[in-house]
Amino acid sequence: MKTLRAAVAFLLFALAGAIVALFSVHTGPDVWPFSSGLWLSVLVLTVIAWQGLSTLAAFRSRNARHQRLADLAVPAIFGLWLVFLWEVVTVGANVPQVLLPSPGLIVARLFTSADVLLADFRQTFLQAVLAGYALGCLGGFLVAILADRVPFLKRGLLPLGNLASALPIVGVAPIMVMWFGFDWPSKAAVVVIMTFFPMLVNTVAGLAAASVQERELLDTYAASYWQSLVSLRLPAAMPFIFNALKINSTLALIGAIVAEFFGTPIVGMGFRISTEVGRMNLDMVWAEIVLAAVAGSAFYGLVAMAERRLTFWHPSYRQRGV
Amino acid sequence: MAAAITAPGLRGISAGDAVPVAVVSLGLLVLWYAAAVWLNADLQIDAFARQGADWTTGDLIAGTWAQERPLLPAPHQVAAEMWATIVDTAITSKRSLVYHGWVTLSSTLLGFAAGTLLGIVLAVGIVHVRALEKSLLPWIIASQTIPILAIAPMVIVVLGAVGLKGLIPKAVISTYLCFFPVVIGMVKGLRAPDLLQMDLMRTYNASGAQTFFKLRWPTALPFLFASLKVAIAISLVGAIIAELPTGAQAGLGARLLAGSYYGQTIQIWSALITAALLAAALVALMSLIERAVLRAMGGRP
Repeated sequence: MKTLRAAVAFLLFALAGAIVALFSVHTGPDVWPFSSGLWLSVLVLTVIAWQGLSTLAAFRSRNARHQRLADLAVPAIFGLWLVFLWEVVTVGANVPQVLLPSPGLIVARLFTSADVLLADFRQTFLQAVLAGYALGCLGGFLVAILADRVPFLKRGLLPLGNLASALPIVGVAPIMVMWFGFDWPSKAAVVVIMTFFPMLVNTVAGLAAASVQERELLDTYAASYWQSLVSLRLPAAMPFIFNALKINSTLALIGAIVAEFFGTPIVGMGFRISTEVGRMNLDMVWAEIVLAAVAGSAFYGLVAMAERRLTFWHPSYRQRGV
Repeated sequence: MAAAITAPGLRGISAGDAVPVAVVSLGLLVLWYAAAVWLNADLQIDAFARQGADWTTGDLIAGTWAQERPLLPAPHQVAAEMWATIVDTAITSKRSLVYHGWVTLSSTLLGFAAGTLLGIVLAVGIVHVRALEKSLLPWIIASQTIPILAIAPMVIVVLGAVGLKGLIPKAVISTYLCFFPVVIGMVKGLRAPDLLQMDLMRTYNASGAQTFFKLRWPTALPFLFASLKVAIAISLVGAIIAELPTGAQAGLGARLLAGSYYGQTIQIWSALITAALLAAALVALMSLIERAVLRAMGGRP
């Protein structure tokens, strides 16, 4: 309890200092006698905040909920502090907006251009990413089942699938734009090709995950191939399949955005980023980046949540006592 | 990209798999030729109609495999283009793929070296400083949700505005991409020594540095190499994407973009295959180094 009190005291002091610093930066230099005083106090505040974080990181509680709150608070406060430093430095040192807009400007842009961002999000994420992700993952899964049925095919495909994960697959984007036109189907095609191989390799590996004993048990039950697949080997492969789904959730967004550099209609996240860079509207570009990061994290988080619900039996979850 | 580290590693083709792999590759090649006929047939029929020539199926198939700007070039067309631009062209020429490949490779290797160093330093900090681990690691993971490939053009433009041009900005993209698997792999690796071994070091009264160099570092090496194989592959992807914006003059990415502007499909495909071969070669090289290092350390051959 003592450590917690000390940590909170440090952090509250740092917070108060941060608010004063932000206020003085935005109202002008007359609050501080000279600017070096501002930088010195920001440095001191950072040291104090770090001290508070170190103390909080060492906090141990018997109450699991308190412990988890403390564990979540550390990275959250660290992130907030980084944003504060970003704001103070960009505003206080008059960093040109072309170089790095301040977080305040980016947030303002998020609200003022919400309609444009929403249209881009629909074009890139809801159409290209989701369609390509679904098709690519399903295709990889089905080919993995086929390869599992035909061992010769498996031995031929697997090394090629492993090799494909090292190749710059994003490069097929210009070809897809030629085949499927400028609109979202060409982006979806790139996403399909990018997500296919991780799913194939992981599913094949997962289908081999069930132990010999379990398989022999099903053999003694005279289970057919499909029965043992559905009731034993697919459930055992679930962690691997989810691993691929998680990898693909990040790959899909990157693939769709990069594919938009090779020709798009006048809407989409990749299109917006590349045109606004040319016009030096960096706050808009950063707003798109924030949108992409939030969308990507949320997508990943949803898949991870589904995994936790469906594979609760797996040792990696049971050990945590969650 | 981020979680690629947990994907099954890139194993070389073992002897037992050579025949199946050859058969499947051959099957893919046949599929490619068939797809070329199917995709290019419409254009070819139009061309025959304009010439007013009578044509047979044989003529049609031969025609689809020899177009100037096909929708899908046949494999032998791509091979011929690659031979012409890699072997028959002087490497100083702007048309030589060797020259473009070298431009891409140099920024790949620079970014890879910087990213590996950064990743190792961060991992050492995370393993030894508790507050760093709790505050930094979640953000390192979050950093990969930013689609860096998508903002590569912005980074290039911004760094260009500051006066940084050429190699460095491209290498920065590669660095950002490849430090992540190295951090994750090294944190795992540096924590790999079990309690018994750590206790043994304590009974020997080993200092922190001694424990690190005699136990943690050797234990972490296999993990490091697994990460490096992933990292070098994504460094190359980063370097290629970084060449797209602001009409980069040189590099495999620039060849892709130029080809897509002028509809030169054969050029796109040859740049793509060259990039794929380069990636495979880099990963194979990493595997060789790994084997040599682990053997020198007395590990399993």
